[in-house]
Amino acid sequence: MRTIFFIVRKEFRQVFRNRSMLPMIFVMPIIQLLILANATTFEIKNVNFGVLDLDRSPLSTRLASKFEASPHFTRTDYPQSQKDAEEGILKDRSKLTIVIPKNFERDLIKENKAEVQFLINAIDGGAAGIIAAYSQSIVRDFNIDEGMNLINVITPVQSSTVQVSYLHWYNPELDYITFMVPGILVLLVTFIGMFLSSMSVVKEKEIGTIEQINVTPIKKYEFIIGKLTPFFIIALFELTFGLFIAKLIFDIPFNGSLTLIFFFAAVYLVAVLSVGLVISTFADTQQQAMFISWFILVIFLLMSGLFTPIQSMPMWAQRITWFNPIAYFIDAMRMVLLKGSGFSDISKHFLIMTIYSTVVTAYAVFRYKKVN
Amino acid sequence: MNENIIITEDLTKKFGSFTACDKISFSVKKGEIFGFLGANGAGKTTAIRMLCGLLLPTSGKASIGGYDIYKDTEKIKLNIGYMSQKFSLYEDLTVKENIEFYAGIYRLSTKEIKERSKLLISELGLERSADSLIRSLPLGWRQKLAFSVAVIHSPKIVFLDEPTGGVDPVTRRQFWDLIYKAADDGISVLVTTHYMDEAEYCGRISMMVDGKIAAMGTPAELKSSYNVGSMYEVFLHLARGKNE
Repeated sequence: MRTIFFIVRKEFRQVFRNRSMLPMIFVMPIIQLLILANATTFEIKNVNFGVLDLDRSPLSTRLASKFEASPHFTRTDYPQSQKDAEEGILKDRSKLTIVIPKNFERDLIKENKAEVQFLINAIDGGAAGIIAAYSQSIVRDFNIDEGMNLINVITPVQSSTVQVSYLHWYNPELDYITFMVPGILVLLVTFIGMFLSSMSVVKEKEIGTIEQINVTPIKKYEFIIGKLTPFFIIALFELTFGLFIAKLIFDIPFNGSLTLIFFFAAVYLVAVLSVGLVISTFADTQQQAMFISWFILVIFLLMSGLFTPIQSMPMWAQRITWFNPIAYFIDAMRMVLLKGSGFSDISKHFLIMTIYSTVVTAYAVFRYKKVN
Repeated sequence: MNENIIITEDLTKKFGSFTACDKISFSVKKGEIFGFLGANGAGKTTAIRMLCGLLLPTSGKASIGGYDIYKDTEKIKLNIGYMSQKFSLYEDLTVKENIEFYAGIYRLSTKEIKERSKLLISELGLERSADSLIRSLPLGWRQKLAFSVAVIHSPKIVFLDEPTGGVDPVTRRQFWDLIYKAADDGISVLVTTHYMDEAEYCGRISMMVDGKIAAMGTPAELKSSYNVGSMYEVFLHLARGKNE
């Protein structure tokens, strides 16, 4: 026990002697939360659009102005021909161009049926889908307003007498900040924890002090615990600070128990820090350790369900996420903070994280060898 | 005083087909200063690393302070000190913090830590630098401090792997004063070096050539058996013998 105390004290001294450390611990969460929380949104606003009105009738004008009136669209392009319209998309004057054909009004009145064409820039497939959905709902409104339910868009919109209304639970205003902030907090503690721990052993290898440690009677588990503890404490502090900012600035709901969050975070951090230590035992230089942890973090991050829902990933990818600790913590965080889930609701997450951290920590102790 | 602290018998280390240490047998007595001499790559460091428990021998026997190097590695570690070629103190910690850390992991009591660090700092004349970072100390001071830290737990033996590399002659002399003092206190010293003048300071020497012990004895014995005036000539003689 006493040996661990000496190692922990030494690690703390070294961490805080590093001048860039304190600003990193305090400034990083503020910047990440303020910028990321506001920037990562899937809502589409101010889509540039153009209208090629070949009909020039009262009805076609009304359809165009319906788009202009929408908060999601801004009219930026006024093409005069089909070629002009396509060029507008190519030159990025507009993301969406509506082509209203000649005889639009006549067909609509006579045959109760007319077509309009949407040209959508689909380089960003996700955004294109959302633009198409917005456009369809505007056309649907137009149909209802004009009392004729029969405009057919290229993808036919079925008019229906059944009105669907939505009630969004747990995040009633579909506020992306509420949705993102718990996830960003997870990233924050994960990055700090994993980078610090992955550098720690390898740093001693680089300067050569690891040899000195290896000839002392320090036991392997004492060394690993001594290395983990300071980063564990720093990461938990980081989480506290992040939650405080989340509440203060974004007013994120704390519907569940904070004790539960910290309890889960503790188990989670042991896993993440141990992954860092395992990396550290493999790498020979700090640079290598940095690259490996970056590689692993990017995969963990992109497959965490923070940016894209796990349910929409292909099955094989979903199976990979079973081994992604970030995914469990983000899920648990959202469930507890937003839904108010209790221990029994996230007991499966707990079980998996406990097994995960036990296995990885044991592996880290095994990997750290005093004798070659 | 005739107790053997180190006894090795045919100690061998192979890295693939390369034999770094070839059937080394020697013994070191309590309080003796035993020198390992040889060119770079002669196998001095490999031998030391095996004895410290950093490297597992391929074959052969060895015991340190009565403990077997295969079975009792952790007990051995409480009884040895080690100072490597690479720098062994933490540059971003102060003199005091380094002493406290190593004394702590060698399981000294809080009282002992306090007393010994005070004594050590005054012996080295580091009172004014006790709270400065190691980084800011000149190399010679760091090496002397590293040695003192390596023997802070009064081990039975201390291994010094080229401790005076890159240090000026005056500091080297001071460093050897520390070594003599430790030996007087009953600590055996096993030191590797390729400075031939330092060889004269050792009680006994083993000359290593290509992983083998080519000659062993006191400096006087070695000089007279090759009929030369200095250790440098002994070394040249042996190295040349190898090339012929």
